[in-house]
Amino acid sequence: MRITCNGEEYTVEEGKRISDFIQELGLAADTLVVEYNDRILSKEERETMILGEGATLELIRFVGGGSRSC
Amino acid sequence: MLTIAGRTFHSRLFLGTGKFSSAAMMNEALLASGAEMVTVALRRIDLEDPQDDIMSILDRTRFFFLPNTSGARDAGEAVRLARLARASGGGNWVKLEVTPDPRTLLPDPVETLKAADELVREGFIVLPYINADPILSLRLQDAGAAAVMPLGAPIGTNKGLLTGYQIGIIIEQSRVPVVVDAGLGAPSHAAQAMELGADAVLVNTAIAVAGDPVRMAAAFALAVQAGRDAYEAGLGEQREEPSASSPRDGLDFLR
Repeated sequence: MRITCNGEEYTVEEGKRISDFIQELGLAADTLVVEYNDRILSKEERETMILGEGATLELIRFVGGGSRSC
Repeated sequence: MLTIAGRTFHSRLFLGTGKFSSAAMMNEALLASGAEMVTVALRRIDLEDPQDDIMSILDRTRFFFLPNTSGARDAGEAVRLARLARASGGGNWVKLEVTPDPRTLLPDPVETLKAADELVREGFIVLPYINADPILSLRLQDAGAAAVMPLGAPIGTNKGLLTGYQIGIIIEQSRVPVVVDAGLGAPSHAAQAMELGADAVLVNTAIAVAGDPVRMAAAFALAVQAGRDAYEAGLGEQREEPSASSPRDGLDFLR
């Protein structure tokens, strides 16, 4: 099954929970925010929801900074 | 003591967290500044380097994280960032910044007002970053902003209080705290903003790019304190006519 996470394509097995996918990426769940198909997920939803075919995931966290020239 | 949206702060110096050479430097500078309010941005996690979490070094019992919507080019993007910030569990405060032009980094007044309306409606505590436009400042207060953050000069220029006159008007007319934010390049600029009556200042670049950021952070803290003390002590007026400091009589022995 193919999904897109942070702009990159990933192949994941059927029935993979979002929280497991995040953990396998080496990320601590409590410091990040998840958008799934343009919707912000609650922490609960991350634990229970399964990734769907073609889904788009965005994993966002706080970083140092403010507006700056790119 | 400074109060914004019912929350008190001992320090009137707010710090941004960008442009520091390392997480450790950022943390030391923040500690040296005495700041409690620090702004943070939201970005996609770099999956090539998942452990790179610069903010994890900061003690969140000591620093109050104010998420900003930096990077937003319009109200829609700003609102989306604000909602993401809130979903992280850190509270409902947001520094609203909408900067569509990467060359000037100036805030878009129309999109800022639009986003502020929406975010206030959604229950956020909104601190909007604006050009030093007194009318816009009043409109944002009417919309429910908890403070206003007018710029001294464009972000990163270190040019100081280019907008001093307009900031004076904003301060005079404001019903909410005024935080001068952006362009303050030296402690003297921060002191000047505080002497005008600003409630606080936000500094990032001037400290992060200083030769010794930790020392500069401490210098800014002193300046903010000095400026505020001067304001509260009641500054003497500027005069056209010189007037002697010493008595004019008792000089006959000299003549």
